[in-house]
Amino acid sequence: MAAVRETVKTVGEVEKYKYGFTTDIESDKAPLGLTEETVRFISAKKSEPGWLLEWRLAAFRRWLTMEEPKWAKVSYPPIDFQDAYYYAAPKQSVKLNSLDEVDPKLLETYKKLGIPLTEQKMLAGVAVDAVFDSVSVVTTFKEKLREVGVIFCPMSEAVRDHPELVQKYLGSVVPTSDNFYATLNSAVFSEGSFVYIPEGVRCPMELSTYFRINEKQTGQFERTLIIAEKGSYVSYLEGCTAPQRDENQLHAAVVELVTLDDAEIKYSTVQNWYPGDEDGKGGIYNFVTKRGDCRGANSKISWTQVETGSAITWKYPSCILRGDNSRGEFYSIAISNGRQQVDSGTKMIHLGRNTSSRIVSKGISAGRSSNTYRGLVSVHRKAENVRNFTQCDSLLIGDRCSAHTVPYIETKNPSAVLEHEATTSKISDDQMFYCRQRGIGEEEAVALIVNGFCRDVLQQLPMEFAVEAQKLVGISLEGSVG
Amino acid sequence: MDMLEIKNLHVSVDGKEILKGIDLDIRAGEVHAIMGPNGSGKSTLSYVLSGREGYEVTEGSIRFRGRDLAELNVDERAAAGIFLAFQYPIEIPGVTTMTFLKTALNAQRKARGEAELDAVRFLKLVREKAKPLNVPDEMLKRALNVGFSGGEKKRAEILQMALLEPALAVLDETDSGLDIDALKTVAAGVNALRNPERAMLVITHYQRLLDYIVPDAVHVLSGGRIVKTGGKELAHELEKTGYAAYDADAA
Ligand SMILES: Nc1ncnc2c1ncn2[C@@H]1O[C@H](COP(=O)(O)OP(=O)(O)OP(=O)(O)O)[C@@H](O)[C@H]1O
Ligand SMILES: [Mg+2]
Repeated sequence: MAAVRETVKTVGEVEKYKYGFTTDIESDKAPLGLTEETVRFISAKKSEPGWLLEWRLAAFRRWLTMEEPKWAKVSYPPIDFQDAYYYAAPKQSVKLNSLDEVDPKLLETYKKLGIPLTEQKMLAGVAVDAVFDSVSVVTTFKEKLREVGVIFCPMSEAVRDHPELVQKYLGSVVPTSDNFYATLNSAVFSEGSFVYIPEGVRCPMELSTYFRINEKQTGQFERTLIIAEKGSYVSYLEGCTAPQRDENQLHAAVVELVTLDDAEIKYSTVQNWYPGDEDGKGGIYNFVTKRGDCRGANSKISWTQVETGSAITWKYPSCILRGDNSRGEFYSIAISNGRQQVDSGTKMIHLGRNTSSRIVSKGISAGRSSNTYRGLVSVHRKAENVRNFTQCDSLLIGDRCSAHTVPYIETKNPSAVLEHEATTSKISDDQMFYCRQRGIGEEEAVALIVNGFCRDVLQQLPMEFAVEAQKLVGISLEGSVG
Repeated sequence: MDMLEIKNLHVSVDGKEILKGIDLDIRAGEVHAIMGPNGSGKSTLSYVLSGREGYEVTEGSIRFRGRDLAELNVDERAAAGIFLAFQYPIEIPGVTTMTFLKTALNAQRKARGEAELDAVRFLKLVREKAKPLNVPDEMLKRALNVGFSGGEKKRAEILQMALLEPALAVLDETDSGLDIDALKTVAAGVNALRNPERAMLVITHYQRLLDYIVPDAVHVLSGGRIVKTGGKELAHELEKTGYAAYDADAA
């Protein structure tokens, strides 16, 4: 992964230049490359139990036999997996003294997003007073969660404190052998969240809305596991509308969701990783495996995503509808601008009877980007009375971008009722003229029209997230007209 | 001072000359009507005043409140006080009428250096303006012009005008497609906005509208030229005789 090393080097040089020294962190870093030793190193660093080390090693051995998937409509130079570091202890990032030291461009974006000042500081790595309000807020939240028995902690803590739960569910939705990137993640994951909602509990708050700042030091290979016991409910928010940079170019996260009888998980994501410069250089490669298993009857999993960042996005949040009457939903906004490449969509695997799914995908391409929706709806032989509704809309801005829709349907049961609608449209000159005649500037008009186009999906987001996401939609498309 | 001063205006679209030397002065407080056969250039004039791309001024000038309009782009002209009620209002899917109105009003206020209205004050204002036009709350919650009937679209245009309070309002066939009650409502809405600081240019095919919105002057546009100007009685005359006498070639 030549690009990765280059970035690491540059970061090193910049820091040297800025602060006059480079910290020796070698001992906290796994050696370059990926071998069995690397995997053992990571596991040892985290003092993991033997079973988890074995689990990782099995994944690693499997990974050695696998090949990178090539079917997605994305292109990038070959990744040298031996030219990367797979573990670095959480960095003590150098704190800045005030917002004056932060890149003004970044601050401007924060402002446009309406992020409060204190949050801006935390995001930009400015030292914040210890008596910061949020500390007590976080404590109150944690207190509340504890009262109802919800577990919400880093994955490594869950391995230590709740090994029986982790061992039972980890890899039960995305097996270690699932796909190249998921297998790689299984071998080397180091960060991530663990959530457990006990039977009958309705989680009293959106998880991670507030915590998202603290969770920001997410790694390259994140691993998230959420378990909703019978009759429970949780809404989980991942990501952040503020632009995020990372020195690691490759990101391969795995997210597993499990719902038991009558349970529901609502998982919302806003992804805004660095997309690279005008030529697409230096942007993040985001190869993610997200899957939910509606294991129990009448359970429900709903994915909502707003994808605006990354140079390459390869991501298909899916639902296995195993329990009878279970329901899967996928709501997606994928925006690509500049040289970004997006290949995203979902899989709805109907195994149980009377299962239903709904897919609403809104792809917006601008600049010279490429935006592909790829979706599978599959109906098992024994799955009676399955219903699916799919709506795929693409919006093109300018004439140098492209949009593609690739729906796959596999039905082995004739009782299934599957509906598919697809549209492709452009922002018309008439619409632009109309908005501008009312005094709305060019970029704001684009933002308004695109937000209208995305409305069905934006409405699925929790309130405060939706407001930021709307602004983000506008910001992502800046410079796409004129 | 003149609100609008058009001198020898020539306009081409796709290289084809549509307006062939228009002179027109409108003073603050006045309402002028423009009538004329299909294809004579009425909508073209409205677009050119709005600054629409593709409408090239090849000769002549337009001054608005003493300012050369050539300096201003579409949204700047809107913020400066030019409003166009469209002959065919455009659909904006997924954007509620309410959101659209708020975005437009605040964009204009911002451009003029005024404070933006917050949600509460805006809601109050919009309800106040919507009531006399019989625009129900339910319509404000729907996507702008999407699935609106012809009459609803026209009422929504007038609502926008009432909210944005322009200095110069150009109404392009706002009466077409309206039933008689809606026509009265719309005309009342327009009349309510008449005041000494505001001018209006009303494009119509029918004298009937001018019974409700009584103009100070009526112009006949034919073949890209103003071929006759008169008082409100000219509209009655045209109703009887048609445009035959003003055939562009004959003029
Ligand atoms: N892009 C274009 N290319 C060529 N001709 C055009 C173009 N746009 C408009 N025209 C022509 O310009 C002329 C004037 O059109 P305009 O819409 O201004 O007429 P109008 O007076 O508003 O007519 P109506 O009463 O039917 O609304 C018409 O002949 C029309 O075909
Ligand atoms: Mg016309």
